[in-house]
Amino acid sequence: MMCQQCGQKSATLHFTKIINGEKTEFHICESCARDKGELIPGAPNGFSIHNLLSGLLDFDMTNGSSQLQSGLYGIKSTQEVMRCDHCGLTFSQFSKMGRFGCDACYKSFASRLDPLLKRVHGNIVHVGKIPKRNGIVMQRKRELIALREKLQLSIQQEQFETAAQLRDEIRKIEQDLSGEAEAK
Amino acid sequence: MSNHSFMEQPVSDWMRGTGPDSDIVISSRIRIARNLNGLPFPLLATNQQSAESLSRLTKVTESPDFSQLGHFQAISLTELTDMERQVLVEKHLISPNLANESRNGGLLLKDDESVSIMLNEEDHLRIQCLYPGLQIHEAWNEASRIDDVFEAQVDYAFDEKRGYLTSCPTNVGTGIRASVMMHLPALVLTQQINRILQAVAQVGLAVRGLYGEGSEATGNLFQVSNQITLGQSESEIIDNLYGVVKQIIEHEKSAREQLIQQSNTRLTDRICRSYGILKHAVVIDSKEASQRLSDIRLGSDLEMLKDVTGTALNELLVMTQPGFLQHIYKKPMSADERDIYRARLIRDTLGNKRDIAE
Ligand SMILES: [Zn+2]
Ligand SMILES: [Zn+2]
Repeated sequence: MMCQQCGQKSATLHFTKIINGEKTEFHICESCARDKGELIPGAPNGFSIHNLLSGLLDFDMTNGSSQLQSGLYGIKSTQEVMRCDHCGLTFSQFSKMGRFGCDACYKSFASRLDPLLKRVHGNIVHVGKIPKRNGIVMQRKRELIALREKLQLSIQQEQFETAAQLRDEIRKIEQDLSGEAEAK
Repeated sequence: MSNHSFMEQPVSDWMRGTGPDSDIVISSRIRIARNLNGLPFPLLATNQQSAESLSRLTKVTESPDFSQLGHFQAISLTELTDMERQVLVEKHLISPNLANESRNGGLLLKDDESVSIMLNEEDHLRIQCLYPGLQIHEAWNEASRIDDVFEAQVDYAFDEKRGYLTSCPTNVGTGIRASVMMHLPALVLTQQINRILQAVAQVGLAVRGLYGEGSEATGNLFQVSNQITLGQSESEIIDNLYGVVKQIIEHEKSAREQLIQQSNTRLTDRICRSYGILKHAVVIDSKEASQRLSDIRLGSDLEMLKDVTGTALNELLVMTQPGFLQHIYKKPMSADERDIYRARLIRDTLGNKRDIAE
């Protein structure tokens, strides 16, 4: 595939930019990408496309191919840059540093995190310790899920007495949870 | 210079050379990362914001509940000299990051140095428990107990889906890093180490050398730790690490057995030769020192050397590092000078006090 910018060299960088749900593909050679780099908005001085790309490569590359999936390649308008409202960090800065700026970054960049976390941890959802004070509701929700699974199993195995007991427990937790929701 | 006890006392709890499987496992460490809700992480925090997180966390450490955890010394990183910070890093009590890059950084150090609580490191709060021998579950229980005390008094950055939110995505979820320091000379000598390390990597654990970079370990010391922090519970992570460490211990033991049976004379020669060199050398670089110390540690474990204790060896491991050497002899040294003082310190510690004309 030829570079869409110069039409002379072969394109080695492939971007998919998604703005307001509209998807545009963009194929470019490395030297054109370097030229474009100067125009990336929100980038501090000396923040070249090369830094950006090396950061993205660390975190975004899948299957060792050179296929880059990027939604942040905004050239014309700063609105296209994914940025954390709370601390001001952009997704590209995050990619470069490999560090979040604040807890809100996890929400601000939520749409991009699943593949990254999947690659690092093989998982995307926490199952460990929960803060006791804030976590009671969540703890109960987890119990509920576990109990429902047990219920299904006992029904399949025709252990109806156990099933009835489990159903009572589930009802009790559900009532507790809806009570808490009303209280809030 | 301030009079901090960590400078005067070379032995931290983890260096005692005691604990389960202490012939192969030097120490077990748990480190958990936590952040405060609503404040930027230290890396992006303004001076005022990092002062704020420091003050919120310090308040907890001054509470009655915290005093139940034992006696801690509160240390501000800015009041320490470069050398003092380096000594803390060499004793594994703080991270290089807290020593060199923190702003409004703080440390709470338990009297026996088994617990360090780091404030404004890469995350607002890092709790480290470092025990001698294979005591990874015990270290976790203690770290978790300390975590509970903080959690009862401050709001953590926590998300239902992602768990404890950390500055680096490699820590998110449980925020836990569990690691075990192992001395594996026989697996290295019998050239089985690479096979073992590859197998360990395949079950999601990382191995690295203690002082060396990458897989090149100086002194045959290896650190095995978990990589995954999200999607596994703390007990799964710790049980997994414990199980793998137990297997490595068995492999190391049978490799030691194999060495004794197949090449006992050569092994004895190697150990006694190193003992002789350490007792008499006048100049020794850190690479040779750690290799020779590894040999006599093996000799001590195999009861070939009766008068060398594990504590002395762990002490030497730390005291022969650049920061500590300069502290002990109370002067700045060039690398060449360090090699001379290192040899002297080793001679003295191994009980060869005979003065050598310098
Ligand atoms: Zn081009
Ligand atoms: Zn943020």
